[in-house]
Amino acid sequence: MVARAISEGLFELHDDGTIALIGGYSPTSGHHHFPRLDTCPYTGATDIETVALSADATLWAWTAVTAAPPGYTGRVPFGFGVVELEREQLRVITRLTVADPAALTFGQPMRLVAETLPGESGEPAVTWAFEPRR
Amino acid sequence: MSTRVEIGGVGIHPFGRFDGMSNTDMGVHAVRDALAEAGDPTFDAAFCGTAYGGVASGHKVLGALARTGMPIVDVEAGCASGGAALQLAAGAIRAGQYDCVLVFGVEKMPKGIIRSSFFEPWREEAGLAATPAYFALRAQRLLREAGLTKEHLADVVVKNRNNGVHNPNAMFRKAVTREEVLASRVVCEPLHLWMLCSPNEGAAAIVLRRAAGSNGRSTSAAGVTLASARLRSHLPGSVLGEATPLSGIDDAHITPPSTLAARDAYEEAGIEPGDVHVVECQDTDAARELLAYQELGLCAPGEQAKLLADGETSLGGSRPVNPSGGLLSKGEPLGASALGQVIELVHQLRGDAGSRQVEDARVGLAHTVGRGANACCVIVTR
Repeated sequence: MVARAISEGLFELHDDGTIALIGGYSPTSGHHHFPRLDTCPYTGATDIETVALSADATLWAWTAVTAAPPGYTGRVPFGFGVVELEREQLRVITRLTVADPAALTFGQPMRLVAETLPGESGEPAVTWAFEPRR
Repeated sequence: MSTRVEIGGVGIHPFGRFDGMSNTDMGVHAVRDALAEAGDPTFDAAFCGTAYGGVASGHKVLGALARTGMPIVDVEAGCASGGAALQLAAGAIRAGQYDCVLVFGVEKMPKGIIRSSFFEPWREEAGLAATPAYFALRAQRLLREAGLTKEHLADVVVKNRNNGVHNPNAMFRKAVTREEVLASRVVCEPLHLWMLCSPNEGAAAIVLRRAAGSNGRSTSAAGVTLASARLRSHLPGSVLGEATPLSGIDDAHITPPSTLAARDAYEEAGIEPGDVHVVECQDTDAARELLAYQELGLCAPGEQAKLLADGETSLGGSRPVNPSGGLLSKGEPLGASALGQVIELVHQLRGDAGSRQVEDARVGLAHTVGRGANACCVIVTR
């Protein structure tokens, strides 16, 4: 039994507990984007292919959120940052599993994981996060 | 040469927290003062900036004053709402549609982190609607790329709060030290609480009118010309741009909206960045001000530390930035904040800014930027 995804269409959850972000790719623009849209957000192109984005990334920017933002009922502090997907060269906003900014470094290898949050209604919800790759 | 648009009068309701005061109450205060200063003119249209005011905010204010009947348009452009209203009004006057336009802004922001309908419910549930965290990521990248430290961020706060002491319309009027700023709690590393402006409440109003004799001398006692007011939005691609996307492809080669707006404003006013005597810029957080220095062409990328250390952007420096105390002292009522900046510049250019006066200021630049993305630059001259 897998908890509900926090929103449909953002990622695929696999039976083995792994997760893959679902993005879009436009051959005419040559760019990936996330979340998947029907148009390329960089050129407006409509030839969008649905792709599973790579799970390997490097850390590009990070912080920790110390007070619950609006509508969030999970624990604080939590890590928050930008990773750059290695294959697609796409920078993605993400939760981070590390909430201590001093424990992270620029360019650090990261890996995509599933993270379960309590959910606003009390029903757990799965979202994506990145953790340091060892 | 195009029609000259002059500032006929200004009015402001202080920025802060005012329990029991409505948007309408504050708007009436600001509008009445601006109209009185302008000699109580008949205005042909009104543009009202507000992001959280709700339906017909502008109508409510003018309804309370029994000054309705003309077109009244509410304008939402995030932090640049007031600037957007100013651009629309100035453009209409230049186009010959109107002779006199009232521009005002009202806002009553909830306390704490701004809740915005911009974010989908799932993004809130995932903790990704953490507005200060996006500021923090941008700050971290700027510190890295411009060779800056947290001490530089603290020094921006010290500078602006020192200026705010002299501004009766500011929310925070106590000077602070670098040590105190760095001792305030960390909200999102590297940003401490005192490095972030407070969303708050307030109103501001400006009467714009076509100057008699297009290129002639000013006809108003104020004597201040609105040389340009230019709004721009973002170009796609930057993950940390104010458009706040969930992904992006390039943050180094995409011209930010503030630069687009600044270039347009300089061109329309026929000036260069070096001609500006005084600046009011968007210091939503301390790093945002330092980013604005390069985006507005006040310094080359990476030269912020020198500008700060030399005191060039302090009162008494070669080009003071945020003599009003900035949003860090005033707080930020979204719909009113851009007009509040312009009003500060009007006082600076008139020479009646009191103990925060920038000597012989004749060219002022105001800058706002925020979600959308929206960026607006306004240049006033005397």
